[in-house]
Amino acid sequence: MNAIEVENLRKEFKSYSSRSGLIGAFRDLFTRNYKIIRAVNDISFTVKQGEIVGYIGENGAGKSTTIKMLTGILTPTAGKVIVNGMNPHKEREKFVRTIGVVFGQRSQLWWDIAVQESFRLLKKVYRVSDEDYRQHMEHIIEALDIGPLLDKPVRKLSLGQRMRCELAAALIHNPPLLFLDEPTIGLDVLVKLKIRQFLKEINEKYNTTILLTTHDISDIEALCERVIMLDEGKIIYDGSLKRLKEKWGEGKQIQFTFAGEITFHALRELTNGLQVIWKKGEQDNVWTAQVPSALLPEVIGRVVARYSIQDMNINEISTEEIIRNIYEEGVVHG
Amino acid sequence: MDKYIEMIRIRFLMMLAYRTNYYTGILIYAINIAAYYFLWSAIYGSKSTMQGMSMAQMTTYVAISWMARAFYFNNIDREIAMEIKEGRVATELIRPYSYLGMKTMQGLGEGIFRLLFLSLPGIFLVALFLPLRFPTDVHTWMFFTLSIALSFIINSELNLLAGIIAFFTLNNEGLLRAKRFVIDLFSGLILPISFYPDWAQEAMKYFPFQGISYIPSMIVTGSFQGQAILHGLLFQLVWCVLLLIPIQLLWRAAKKQLVIQGG
Repeated sequence: MNAIEVENLRKEFKSYSSRSGLIGAFRDLFTRNYKIIRAVNDISFTVKQGEIVGYIGENGAGKSTTIKMLTGILTPTAGKVIVNGMNPHKEREKFVRTIGVVFGQRSQLWWDIAVQESFRLLKKVYRVSDEDYRQHMEHIIEALDIGPLLDKPVRKLSLGQRMRCELAAALIHNPPLLFLDEPTIGLDVLVKLKIRQFLKEINEKYNTTILLTTHDISDIEALCERVIMLDEGKIIYDGSLKRLKEKWGEGKQIQFTFAGEITFHALRELTNGLQVIWKKGEQDNVWTAQVPSALLPEVIGRVVARYSIQDMNINEISTEEIIRNIYEEGVVHG
Repeated sequence: MDKYIEMIRIRFLMMLAYRTNYYTGILIYAINIAAYYFLWSAIYGSKSTMQGMSMAQMTTYVAISWMARAFYFNNIDREIAMEIKEGRVATELIRPYSYLGMKTMQGLGEGIFRLLFLSLPGIFLVALFLPLRFPTDVHTWMFFTLSIALSFIINSELNLLAGIIAFFTLNNEGLLRAKRFVIDLFSGLILPISFYPDWAQEAMKYFPFQGISYIPSMIVTGSFQGQAILHGLLFQLVWCVLLLIPIQLLWRAAKKQLVIQGG
Protein backbone atom coordinates (compact mmCIF):
# COMPACT_ATOMS: atom_id res chain seq x y z
CA MET A 1 0.00 0.00 0.00
CA ASN A 2 1.17 3.49 -0.74
CA ALA A 3 1.42 5.83 2.24
CA ILE A 4 1.33 8.93 0.08
CA GLU A 5 -0.08 9.44 -3.41
CA VAL A 6 0.20 12.85 -4.97
CA GLU A 7 -0.92 13.70 -8.48
CA ASN A 8 -0.55 17.07 -10.22
CA LEU A 9 -0.62 18.86 -6.91
CA ARG A 10 -0.65 22.63 -7.13
CA LYS A 11 -0.82 25.47 -4.64
CA GLU A 12 -1.16 29.12 -5.58
CA PHE A 13 -0.91 32.10 -3.25
CA LYS A 14 -1.85 35.70 -3.80
CA SER A 15 1.15 37.82 -3.14
CA TYR A 16 0.40 41.46 -2.42
CA SER A 17 2.87 44.16 -3.27
CA SER A 18 2.84 47.63 -1.74
CA ARG A 19 2.98 50.72 -3.90
CA SER A 20 5.76 53.10 -3.06
CA GLY A 21 5.41 56.47 -1.37
CA LEU A 22 2.66 58.14 0.62
CA ILE A 23 0.22 58.39 -2.28
CA GLY A 24 0.88 54.78 -3.08
CA ALA A 25 0.11 53.85 0.54
CA PHE A 26 -3.23 55.68 0.31
CA ARG A 27 -4.06 53.92 -2.92
CA ASP A 28 -3.26 50.62 -1.22
CA LEU A 29 -6.08 51.31 1.21
CA PHE A 30 -8.59 50.90 -1.60
CA THR A 31 -7.10 48.56 -4.15
CA ARG A 32 -4.05 46.44 -3.87
CA ASN A 33 -1.77 44.99 -6.45
CA TYR A 34 -1.18 41.32 -6.28
CA LYS A 35 0.15 38.56 -8.36
CA ILE A 36 -0.49 34.86 -8.18
CA ILE A 37 2.50 32.87 -7.07
CA ARG A 38 2.65 29.17 -7.72
CA ALA A 39 4.44 27.73 -4.69
CA VAL A 40 3.89 24.13 -5.73
CA ASN A 41 3.61 23.50 -9.42
CA ASP A 42 1.92 20.28 -10.55
CA ILE A 43 4.00 17.73 -8.70
CA SER A 44 3.35 13.99 -8.63
CA PHE A 45 4.97 11.27 -6.57
CA THR A 46 4.16 8.25 -4.42
CA VAL A 47 5.74 7.01 -1.25
CA LYS A 48 5.47 3.36 -0.17
CA GLN A 49 4.77 2.30 3.39
CA GLY A 50 8.04 2.00 5.32
CA GLU A 51 10.11 4.27 3.10
CA ILE A 52 12.24 7.09 4.43
CA VAL A 53 12.19 9.89 1.88
CA GLY A 54 14.26 13.06 1.97
CA TYR A 55 12.42 16.04 0.57
CA ILE A 56 14.97 18.68 -0.24
CA GLY A 57 15.26 22.00 -1.99
CA GLU A 58 16.34 25.57 -1.43
CA ASN A 59 14.48 27.95 0.84
CA GLY A 60 11.18 28.82 -0.78
CA ALA A 61 11.23 25.85 -3.13
CA GLY A 62 7.83 24.71 -1.85
CA LYS A 63 8.81 21.99 0.60
CA SER A 64 6.89 23.26 3.60
CA THR A 65 3.88 24.11 1.46
CA THR A 66 3.80 20.52 0.20
CA ILE A 67 4.01 19.16 3.74
CA LYS A 68 1.19 21.44 4.84
CA MET A 69 -1.00 20.13 2.05
CA LEU A 70 -0.09 16.53 2.85
CA THR A 71 -0.99 17.05 6.51
CA GLY A 72 -4.30 18.71 5.68
CA ILE A 73 -3.41 22.17 6.98
CA LEU A 74 -3.57 23.87 3.59
CA THR A 75 -6.10 23.19 0.86
CA PRO A 76 -4.52 22.46 -2.53
CA THR A 77 -5.47 24.75 -5.40
CA ALA A 78 -5.63 21.74 -7.71
CA GLY A 79 -4.59 18.11 -7.87
CA LYS A 80 -5.09 14.92 -5.95
CA VAL A 81 -3.68 14.04 -2.54
CA ILE A 82 -4.27 10.68 -0.88
CA VAL A 83 -2.41 10.06 2.36
CA ASN A 84 -2.93 6.85 4.32
CA GLY A 85 -5.85 6.19 1.99
CA MET A 86 -7.67 9.39 2.91
CA ASN A 87 -8.09 12.90 1.61
CA PRO A 88 -6.33 14.94 4.33
CA HIS A 89 -8.53 17.98 4.00
CA LYS A 90 -11.87 16.23 3.77
CA GLU A 91 -11.55 13.85 6.69
CA ARG A 92 -9.26 15.99 8.81
CA GLU A 93 -10.03 14.70 12.30
CA LYS A 94 -9.92 11.04 11.33
CA PHE A 95 -6.89 11.55 9.12
CA VAL A 96 -4.65 13.35 11.60
CA ARG A 97 -4.89 10.40 13.99
CA THR A 98 -2.79 8.43 11.49
CA ILE A 99 0.07 10.90 11.19
CA GLY A 100 2.71 12.48 13.38
CA VAL A 101 4.20 15.85 12.55
CA VAL A 102 7.23 17.72 13.83
CA PHE A 103 7.85 21.29 12.74
CA GLY A 104 11.44 22.10 13.63
CA GLN A 105 10.72 25.80 13.76
CA ARG A 106 7.71 25.80 16.02
CA SER A 107 6.79 23.99 19.15
CA GLN A 108 3.66 21.92 19.52
CA LEU A 109 4.12 21.49 23.24
CA TRP A 110 2.48 23.90 25.65
CA TRP A 111 5.06 26.48 26.50
CA ASP A 112 4.32 27.21 30.16
CA ILE A 113 3.60 23.78 31.53
CA ALA A 114 5.65 20.66 32.20
CA VAL A 115 6.38 18.34 29.29
CA GLN A 116 4.53 15.45 30.91
CA GLU A 117 1.34 17.52 31.09
CA SER A 118 1.53 18.07 27.34
CA PHE A 119 2.05 14.33 26.90
CA ARG A 120 -0.91 13.61 29.13
CA LEU A 121 -3.16 15.90 27.12
CA LEU A 122 -1.98 14.38 23.83
CA LYS A 123 -2.58 10.90 25.21
CA LYS A 124 -6.19 11.88 25.87
CA VAL A 125 -6.52 13.66 22.55
CA TYR A 126 -5.37 10.60 20.62
CA ARG A 127 -7.25 8.23 22.95
CA VAL A 128 -4.20 6.11 23.69
CA SER A 129 -4.90 3.44 26.29
CA ASP A 130 -2.87 3.44 29.51
CA GLU A 131 -1.30 0.14 28.60
CA ASP A 132 -0.27 1.15 25.08
CA TYR A 133 1.05 4.42 26.41
CA ARG A 134 3.17 2.74 29.05
CA GLN A 135 4.59 0.15 26.70
CA HIS A 136 5.26 2.44 23.79
CA MET A 137 6.23 5.68 25.51
CA GLU A 138 8.51 4.10 28.08
CA HIS A 139 10.60 2.88 25.23
CA ILE A 140 10.56 6.23 23.42
CA ILE A 141 11.38 8.19 26.55
CA GLU A 142 14.31 5.92 27.20
CA ALA A 143 15.55 5.95 23.60
CA LEU A 144 15.45 9.73 23.41
CA ASP A 145 16.75 10.07 26.94
CA ILE A 146 14.16 12.60 28.02
CA GLY A 147 13.12 11.02 31.33
CA PRO A 148 14.72 13.77 33.46
CA LEU A 149 13.09 16.52 31.36
CA LEU A 150 9.49 15.46 31.83
CA ASP A 151 8.70 17.61 34.85
CA LYS A 152 10.25 20.78 33.42
CA PRO A 153 8.24 23.47 31.65
CA VAL A 154 9.00 23.62 27.94
CA ARG A 155 10.27 27.19 28.09
CA LYS A 156 13.15 26.04 30.33
CA LEU A 157 14.43 23.40 27.90
CA SER A 158 17.32 23.88 25.52
CA LEU A 159 16.62 23.53 21.81
CA GLY A 160 18.06 20.02 21.68
CA GLN A 161 16.06 18.90 24.70
CA ARG A 162 12.89 20.46 23.32
CA MET A 163 13.36 18.84 19.94
CA ARG A 164 13.63 15.38 21.48
CA CYS A 165 10.46 16.04 23.45
CA GLU A 166 8.70 17.25 20.30
CA LEU A 167 9.64 14.04 18.56
CA ALA A 168 8.30 11.96 21.44
CA ALA A 169 5.09 14.02 21.41
CA ALA A 170 4.60 13.36 17.70
CA LEU A 171 4.88 9.62 18.32
CA ILE A 172 2.52 9.22 21.28
CA HIS A 173 -0.13 7.56 19.12
CA ASN A 174 2.46 5.53 17.20
CA PRO A 175 1.44 6.83 13.76
CA PRO A 176 2.33 4.85 10.64
CA LEU A 177 3.43 8.04 8.90
CA LEU A 178 5.70 10.74 10.23
CA PHE A 179 6.33 14.17 8.70
CA LEU A 180 9.44 15.96 9.85
CA ASP A 181 9.92 19.54 8.70
CA GLU A 182 13.53 20.43 9.41
CA PRO A 183 13.78 18.40 12.59
CA THR A 184 17.50 18.93 13.09
CA ILE A 185 17.65 22.67 12.49
CA GLY A 186 20.03 24.34 14.93
CA LEU A 187 20.94 21.17 16.81
CA ASP A 188 24.41 20.06 17.83
CA VAL A 189 26.06 16.98 16.36
CA LEU A 190 25.34 14.67 19.30
CA VAL A 191 21.63 15.44 19.38
CA LYS A 192 21.47 15.07 15.61
CA LEU A 193 23.07 11.64 15.83
CA LYS A 194 20.70 10.57 18.56
CA ILE A 195 17.66 11.70 16.60
CA ARG A 196 18.81 9.99 13.42
CA GLN A 197 19.51 6.77 15.24
CA PHE A 198 16.10 6.94 16.86
CA LEU A 199 14.31 7.57 13.56
CA LYS A 200 16.04 4.58 12.01
CA GLU A 201 15.02 2.45 14.92
CA ILE A 202 11.32 3.28 14.78
CA ASN A 203 11.37 2.88 11.02
CA GLU A 204 12.70 -0.65 11.45
CA LYS A 205 10.57 -1.56 14.42
CA TYR A 206 7.18 -0.24 13.29
CA ASN A 207 7.75 0.11 9.54
CA THR A 208 6.98 3.81 9.98
CA THR A 209 7.03 5.86 6.79
CA ILE A 210 9.04 9.05 7.21
CA LEU A 211 9.01 12.12 4.99
CA LEU A 212 11.74 14.49 6.00
CA THR A 213 12.69 17.96 4.84
CA THR A 214 16.09 19.27 5.79
CA HIS A 215 18.91 21.53 4.74
CA ASP A 216 21.41 19.26 6.40
CA ILE A 217 22.55 16.83 3.74
CA SER A 218 24.16 14.57 6.33
CA ASP A 219 20.63 13.86 7.63
CA ILE A 220 19.71 12.64 4.18
CA GLU A 221 22.86 10.57 3.84
CA ALA A 222 22.29 8.93 7.20
CA LEU A 223 18.61 8.17 6.76
CA CYS A 224 17.24 8.27 3.25
CA GLU A 225 17.46 5.78 0.45
CA ARG A 226 15.44 8.05 -1.72
CA VAL A 227 15.42 11.79 -2.25
CA ILE A 228 12.94 14.07 -3.94
CA MET A 229 14.45 17.37 -4.95
CA LEU A 230 12.31 20.42 -5.47
CA ASP A 231 13.12 23.65 -7.23
CA GLU A 232 10.72 26.54 -7.74
CA GLY A 233 7.76 24.30 -7.01
CA LYS A 234 8.73 21.55 -9.42
CA ILE A 235 10.30 18.17 -8.78
CA ILE A 236 13.71 18.15 -10.44
CA TYR A 237 14.92 14.81 -9.15
CA ASP A 238 13.20 11.78 -7.67
CA GLY A 239 15.25 8.67 -7.09
CA SER A 240 17.88 7.01 -4.98
CA LEU A 241 20.60 9.01 -3.36
CA LYS A 242 23.11 6.57 -4.81
CA ARG A 243 22.08 7.27 -8.37
CA LEU A 244 22.20 11.00 -7.73
CA LYS A 245 25.78 10.60 -6.58
CA GLU A 246 26.77 8.43 -9.51
CA LYS A 247 25.31 10.77 -12.03
CA TRP A 248 26.50 14.08 -10.76
CA GLY A 249 29.24 13.15 -8.36
CA GLU A 250 31.57 11.57 -10.85
CA GLY A 251 35.22 12.19 -10.30
CA LYS A 252 37.38 13.18 -7.38
CA GLN A 253 38.47 16.22 -5.57
CA ILE A 254 42.15 16.83 -4.92
CA GLN A 255 43.19 19.37 -2.37
CA PHE A 256 46.74 20.68 -2.75
CA THR A 257 48.54 22.67 -0.09
CA PHE A 258 51.41 24.38 -1.91
CA ALA A 259 54.62 25.55 -0.31
CA GLY A 260 53.98 29.09 -1.46
CA GLU A 261 51.24 31.29 -2.86
CA ILE A 262 50.04 30.41 -6.30
CA THR A 263 47.76 32.02 -8.86
CA PHE A 264 44.74 30.64 -10.63
CA HIS A 265 46.30 31.58 -13.89
CA ALA A 266 49.41 29.47 -13.33
CA LEU A 267 47.30 26.45 -12.37
CA ARG A 268 45.07 26.75 -15.38
CA GLU A 269 48.06 26.95 -17.62
CA LEU A 270 49.51 23.87 -16.00
CA THR A 271 46.45 21.69 -16.60
CA ASN A 272 45.68 23.15 -19.97
CA GLY A 273 43.81 20.70 -22.16
CA LEU A 274 42.59 18.62 -19.21
CA GLN A 275 39.06 18.70 -17.81
CA VAL A 276 39.86 20.26 -14.45
CA ILE A 277 38.02 22.82 -12.35
CA TRP A 278 40.22 24.73 -9.91
CA LYS A 279 38.81 26.32 -6.80
CA LYS A 280 40.61 28.36 -4.24
CA GLY A 281 40.73 27.10 -0.66
CA GLU A 282 40.69 29.08 2.55
CA GLN A 283 44.28 30.17 2.25
CA ASP A 284 46.25 31.54 -0.67
CA ASN A 285 48.30 28.40 -0.97
CA VAL A 286 45.41 25.93 -0.85
CA TRP A 287 43.61 24.94 -4.06
CA THR A 288 41.22 22.14 -4.92
CA ALA A 289 40.89 20.54 -8.31
CA GLN A 290 37.75 18.73 -9.44
CA VAL A 291 38.92 15.99 -11.74
CA PRO A 292 37.35 13.04 -13.57
CA SER A 293 38.70 9.85 -12.03
CA ALA A 294 40.61 8.82 -15.15
CA LEU A 295 42.68 11.99 -15.17
CA LEU A 296 43.73 11.72 -11.53
CA PRO A 297 47.34 10.50 -12.08
CA GLU A 298 47.93 12.94 -14.92
CA VAL A 299 46.87 15.99 -12.87
CA ILE A 300 48.79 14.97 -9.78
CA GLY A 301 51.83 14.21 -11.90
CA ARG A 302 51.84 17.64 -13.56
CA VAL A 303 51.33 19.55 -10.34
CA VAL A 304 53.93 17.65 -8.34
CA ALA A 305 56.49 17.91 -11.14
CA ARG A 306 56.19 21.69 -11.23
CA TYR A 307 55.55 22.91 -7.70
CA SER A 308 56.56 21.82 -4.25
CA ILE A 309 53.69 20.47 -2.21
CA GLN A 310 53.18 20.45 1.55
CA ASP A 311 50.09 18.31 1.67
CA MET A 312 47.60 16.61 -0.62
CA ASN A 313 44.16 15.03 -0.07
CA ILE A 314 42.01 13.07 -2.46
CA ASN A 315 38.27 13.08 -1.68
CA GLU A 316 35.02 11.87 -3.13
CA ILE A 317 32.83 14.75 -4.15
CA SER A 318 30.46 15.22 -1.23
CA THR A 319 26.72 15.00 -1.56
CA GLU A 320 26.52 18.53 -0.31
CA GLU A 321 28.66 19.69 -3.16
CA ILE A 322 26.60 17.76 -5.68
CA ILE A 323 23.42 19.26 -4.40
CA ARG A 324 24.92 22.72 -4.35
CA ASN A 325 25.90 22.28 -7.97
CA ILE A 326 22.40 21.21 -8.86
CA TYR A 327 20.86 24.19 -7.04
CA GLU A 328 23.22 26.54 -8.79
CA GLU A 329 22.52 25.14 -12.19
CA GLY A 330 18.83 25.19 -11.48
CA VAL A 331 17.68 22.40 -13.75
CA VAL A 332 19.08 18.94 -13.72
CA HIS A 333 19.98 17.83 -17.17
CA GLY A 334 20.75 14.25 -18.04
CA MET B 1 -15.15 14.60 25.90
CA ASP B 2 -12.17 13.48 27.94
CA LYS B 3 -9.80 15.60 25.93
CA TYR B 4 -11.87 18.73 26.45
CA ILE B 5 -11.89 18.24 30.21
CA GLU B 6 -8.16 17.63 30.07
CA MET B 7 -7.83 20.94 28.24
CA ILE B 8 -9.61 22.76 31.07
CA ARG B 9 -7.13 21.20 33.47
CA ILE B 10 -4.20 22.30 31.30
CA ARG B 11 -5.56 25.82 31.28
CA PHE B 12 -5.72 25.78 35.05
CA LEU B 13 -2.07 24.77 35.15
CA MET B 14 -1.19 27.56 32.75
CA MET B 15 -3.00 30.12 34.88
CA LEU B 16 -1.23 28.86 37.98
CA ALA B 17 2.11 29.24 36.19
CA TYR B 18 1.61 32.99 36.33
CA ARG B 19 -0.07 33.38 39.68
CA THR B 20 1.19 36.89 40.48
CA ASN B 21 -1.10 38.18 37.73
CA TYR B 22 -3.96 37.05 39.87
CA TYR B 23 -3.14 38.91 43.02
CA THR B 24 -3.08 42.10 40.99
CA GLY B 25 -6.23 40.92 39.22
CA ILE B 26 -8.17 40.75 42.48
CA LEU B 27 -7.02 44.25 43.35
CA ILE B 28 -7.96 45.70 39.97
CA TYR B 29 -11.45 44.26 40.15
CA ALA B 30 -11.90 45.56 43.69
CA ILE B 31 -10.77 49.03 42.61
CA ASN B 32 -13.14 49.03 39.64
CA ILE B 33 -16.08 48.08 41.82
CA ALA B 34 -15.21 50.70 44.42
CA ALA B 35 -14.85 53.39 41.75
CA TYR B 36 -18.27 52.63 40.27
CA TYR B 37 -19.77 52.49 43.75
CA PHE B 38 -18.60 56.00 44.56
CA LEU B 39 -19.65 57.26 41.14
CA TRP B 40 -23.15 55.90 41.57
CA SER B 41 -23.52 57.19 45.14
CA ALA B 42 -22.73 60.66 43.80
CA ILE B 43 -25.30 60.27 41.02
CA TYR B 44 -27.99 58.99 43.35
CA GLY B 45 -27.32 61.75 45.87
CA SER B 46 -30.44 61.96 47.94
CA LYS B 47 -32.71 60.12 45.49
CA SER B 48 -33.88 56.76 46.71
CA THR B 49 -34.48 55.13 43.32
CA MET B 50 -33.57 55.71 39.68
CA GLN B 51 -35.15 53.83 36.77
CA GLY B 52 -36.69 51.49 39.31
CA MET B 53 -33.38 50.57 40.95
CA SER B 54 -32.50 51.47 44.54
CA MET B 55 -28.99 52.48 45.51
CA ALA B 56 -28.50 49.13 47.27
CA GLN B 57 -29.59 47.29 44.12
CA MET B 58 -27.24 49.40 42.05
CA THR B 59 -24.30 48.61 44.31
CA THR B 60 -24.99 44.93 44.06
CA TYR B 61 -25.49 45.29 40.30
CA VAL B 62 -22.04 46.83 39.91
CA ALA B 63 -20.31 44.24 42.10
CA ILE B 64 -22.05 41.31 40.44
CA SER B 65 -21.44 42.64 36.92
CA TRP B 66 -17.72 42.83 37.49
CA MET B 67 -17.57 39.46 39.15
CA ALA B 68 -19.57 37.85 36.35
CA ARG B 69 -17.21 39.51 33.90
CA ALA B 70 -14.33 37.60 35.48
CA PHE B 71 -16.11 34.43 34.46
CA TYR B 72 -17.35 35.21 30.96
CA PHE B 73 -14.40 37.35 29.90
CA ASN B 74 -11.59 35.55 28.13
CA ASN B 75 -8.82 36.23 25.69
CA ILE B 76 -9.47 33.53 23.13
CA ASP B 77 -10.06 36.14 20.40
CA ARG B 78 -6.59 37.51 21.01
CA GLU B 79 -5.10 34.03 21.23
CA ILE B 80 -6.60 32.91 17.95
CA ALA B 81 -5.35 36.09 16.30
CA MET B 82 -1.86 35.53 17.75
CA GLU B 83 -1.77 31.90 16.70
CA ILE B 84 -2.65 32.89 13.17
CA LYS B 85 -0.22 35.77 13.10
CA GLU B 86 2.67 33.62 14.29
CA GLY B 87 1.69 30.58 12.26
CA ARG B 88 1.16 28.41 15.33
CA VAL B 89 -2.32 27.53 14.13
CA ALA B 90 -0.60 24.92 11.92
CA THR B 91 0.20 22.74 14.90
CA GLU B 92 -3.39 23.05 16.12
CA LEU B 93 -4.83 21.89 12.82
CA ILE B 94 -2.89 18.63 12.90
CA ARG B 95 -4.72 17.58 16.06
CA PRO B 96 -7.78 15.39 15.98
CA TYR B 97 -10.05 17.89 17.65
CA SER B 98 -12.16 20.86 16.73
CA TYR B 99 -9.97 23.92 16.95
CA LEU B 100 -12.80 26.25 17.92
CA GLY B 101 -14.18 23.75 20.42
CA MET B 102 -10.81 23.44 22.06
CA LYS B 103 -10.41 27.20 22.22
CA THR B 104 -13.81 27.52 23.87
CA MET B 105 -12.78 24.93 26.45
CA GLN B 106 -9.62 26.86 27.16
CA GLY B 107 -11.79 29.91 27.69
CA LEU B 108 -13.96 27.93 30.07
CA GLY B 109 -10.91 26.76 32.01
CA GLU B 110 -9.81 30.36 32.28
CA GLY B 111 -13.32 31.41 33.34
CA ILE B 112 -13.65 28.81 36.08
CA PHE B 113 -10.21 29.66 37.36
CA ARG B 114 -11.02 33.36 37.57
CA LEU B 115 -14.38 32.69 39.16
CA LEU B 116 -12.85 30.61 41.94
CA PHE B 117 -9.60 32.41 42.52
CA LEU B 118 -10.41 35.95 41.47
CA SER B 119 -14.14 36.62 41.74
CA LEU B 120 -14.86 34.94 45.04
CA PRO B 121 -11.93 36.44 46.96
CA GLY B 122 -12.60 39.76 45.23
CA ILE B 123 -16.23 39.90 46.21
CA PHE B 124 -15.34 38.89 49.75
CA LEU B 125 -12.86 41.77 49.90
CA VAL B 126 -15.42 44.24 48.57
CA ALA B 127 -18.18 42.99 50.87
CA LEU B 128 -16.03 43.99 53.85
CA PHE B 129 -16.25 47.65 52.85
CA LEU B 130 -19.42 48.13 50.80
CA PRO B 131 -23.02 47.37 51.75
CA LEU B 132 -23.72 44.55 49.30
CA ARG B 133 -27.06 42.80 49.57
CA PHE B 134 -27.31 39.38 47.98
CA PRO B 135 -30.55 37.52 47.38
CA THR B 136 -31.26 34.63 49.69
CA ASP B 137 -33.64 32.91 47.32
CA VAL B 138 -32.22 29.67 45.92
CA HIS B 139 -34.16 30.04 42.66
CA THR B 140 -32.63 33.41 41.95
CA TRP B 141 -29.17 31.87 42.25
CA MET B 142 -30.15 28.99 39.99
CA PHE B 143 -31.40 31.37 37.32
CA PHE B 144 -28.28 33.45 37.74
CA THR B 145 -26.01 30.41 37.30
CA LEU B 146 -27.85 29.43 34.15
CA SER B 147 -27.69 33.00 32.93
CA ILE B 148 -23.95 33.47 33.34
CA ALA B 149 -23.33 30.13 31.66
CA LEU B 150 -25.20 31.55 28.66
CA SER B 151 -23.25 34.81 29.02
CA PHE B 152 -20.06 32.83 28.72
CA ILE B 153 -21.30 31.11 25.57
CA ILE B 154 -22.41 34.36 23.90
CA ASN B 155 -19.20 36.17 24.75
CA SER B 156 -17.04 33.24 23.63
CA GLU B 157 -18.94 33.04 20.37
CA LEU B 158 -18.30 36.73 19.73
CA ASN B 159 -14.65 36.16 20.58
CA LEU B 160 -14.42 33.27 18.16
CA LEU B 161 -15.96 35.42 15.43
CA ALA B 162 -13.50 38.23 16.07
CA GLY B 163 -10.62 35.76 16.18
CA ILE B 164 -11.59 34.04 12.94
CA ILE B 165 -11.52 37.37 11.14
CA ALA B 166 -7.76 37.28 11.68
CA PHE B 167 -7.67 34.41 9.18
CA PHE B 168 -8.62 36.95 6.53
CA THR B 169 -6.84 40.08 7.70
CA LEU B 170 -3.86 38.45 9.48
CA ASN B 171 -3.78 41.39 11.86
CA ASN B 172 -6.93 42.57 13.55
CA GLU B 173 -5.66 44.22 16.69
CA GLY B 174 -7.84 47.28 16.10
CA LEU B 175 -10.97 45.23 15.64
CA LEU B 176 -10.30 43.32 18.86
CA ARG B 177 -9.93 46.53 20.84
CA ALA B 178 -13.11 47.96 19.38
CA LYS B 179 -14.96 44.74 20.13
CA ARG B 180 -13.84 44.75 23.74
CA PHE B 181 -14.99 48.30 24.24
CA VAL B 182 -18.32 47.75 22.53
CA ILE B 183 -18.99 44.74 24.74
CA ASP B 184 -18.10 46.57 27.95
CA LEU B 185 -20.37 49.44 26.98
CA PHE B 186 -23.38 47.75 25.42
CA SER B 187 -23.46 44.67 27.62
CA GLY B 188 -24.60 46.82 30.52
CA LEU B 189 -21.38 46.48 32.48
CA ILE B 190 -20.72 50.21 32.67
CA LEU B 191 -24.33 51.39 32.59
CA PRO B 192 -27.47 49.29 33.02
CA ILE B 193 -29.45 49.13 29.77
CA SER B 194 -32.52 50.51 31.58
CA PHE B 195 -30.69 53.84 31.89
CA TYR B 196 -30.29 54.17 28.13
CA PRO B 197 -32.65 56.43 26.16
CA ASP B 198 -35.70 54.60 24.85
CA TRP B 199 -34.55 54.47 21.23
CA ALA B 200 -31.20 52.95 22.31
CA GLN B 201 -32.94 50.40 24.52
CA GLU B 202 -35.08 49.49 21.54
CA ALA B 203 -32.03 49.13 19.30
CA MET B 204 -30.21 46.99 21.88
CA LYS B 205 -32.92 44.37 21.55
CA TYR B 206 -31.49 43.49 18.17
CA PHE B 207 -27.96 42.89 19.46
CA PRO B 208 -26.61 40.07 21.63
CA PHE B 209 -24.70 42.37 23.98
CA GLN B 210 -27.16 42.66 26.84
CA GLY B 211 -27.14 38.88 27.07
CA ILE B 212 -23.56 39.10 28.28
CA SER B 213 -23.83 41.18 31.42
CA TYR B 214 -27.10 43.05 31.84
CA ILE B 215 -29.44 40.05 32.04
CA PRO B 216 -27.55 37.98 34.66
CA SER B 217 -26.95 41.08 36.78
CA MET B 218 -30.61 42.11 36.65
CA ILE B 219 -31.61 38.60 37.68
CA VAL B 220 -29.37 38.51 40.71
CA THR B 221 -30.29 41.98 41.94
CA GLY B 222 -33.96 41.02 41.79
CA SER B 223 -34.78 43.75 39.28
CA PHE B 224 -36.11 41.07 36.97
CA GLN B 225 -38.98 39.04 38.38
CA GLY B 226 -41.09 36.16 37.07
CA GLN B 227 -41.79 36.57 33.36
CA ALA B 228 -38.87 38.99 32.86
CA ILE B 229 -36.38 36.33 34.00
CA LEU B 230 -37.67 33.81 31.49
CA HIS B 231 -37.65 36.42 28.73
CA GLY B 232 -34.07 37.28 29.56
CA LEU B 233 -32.94 33.65 29.51
CA LEU B 234 -34.76 33.02 26.28
CA PHE B 235 -33.10 36.07 24.73
CA GLN B 236 -29.70 34.67 25.70
CA LEU B 237 -30.49 31.19 24.44
CA VAL B 238 -31.65 32.47 21.05
CA TRP B 239 -28.43 34.41 20.58
CA CYS B 240 -26.31 31.39 21.62
CA VAL B 241 -27.86 29.46 18.75
CA LEU B 242 -27.97 32.31 16.22
CA LEU B 243 -24.28 33.13 16.60
CA LEU B 244 -23.31 29.59 15.66
CA ILE B 245 -24.34 30.27 12.07
CA PRO B 246 -21.84 33.02 11.17
CA ILE B 247 -19.14 31.13 13.06
CA GLN B 248 -19.64 28.00 10.96
CA LEU B 249 -19.76 29.96 7.70
CA LEU B 250 -16.71 32.06 8.47
CA TRP B 251 -14.74 29.09 9.76
CA ARG B 252 -15.37 27.13 6.61
CA ALA B 253 -14.24 30.05 4.48
CA ALA B 254 -11.26 30.68 6.75
CA LYS B 255 -9.86 27.19 6.38
CA LYS B 256 -9.86 27.56 2.60
CA GLN B 257 -8.21 30.93 2.86
CA LEU B 258 -5.60 29.90 5.41
CA VAL B 259 -2.07 31.03 4.81
CA ILE B 260 0.57 29.87 7.23
CA GLN B 261 2.86 32.70 8.15
CA GLY B 262 6.57 32.13 8.30
CA GLY B 263 7.17 29.11 6.07
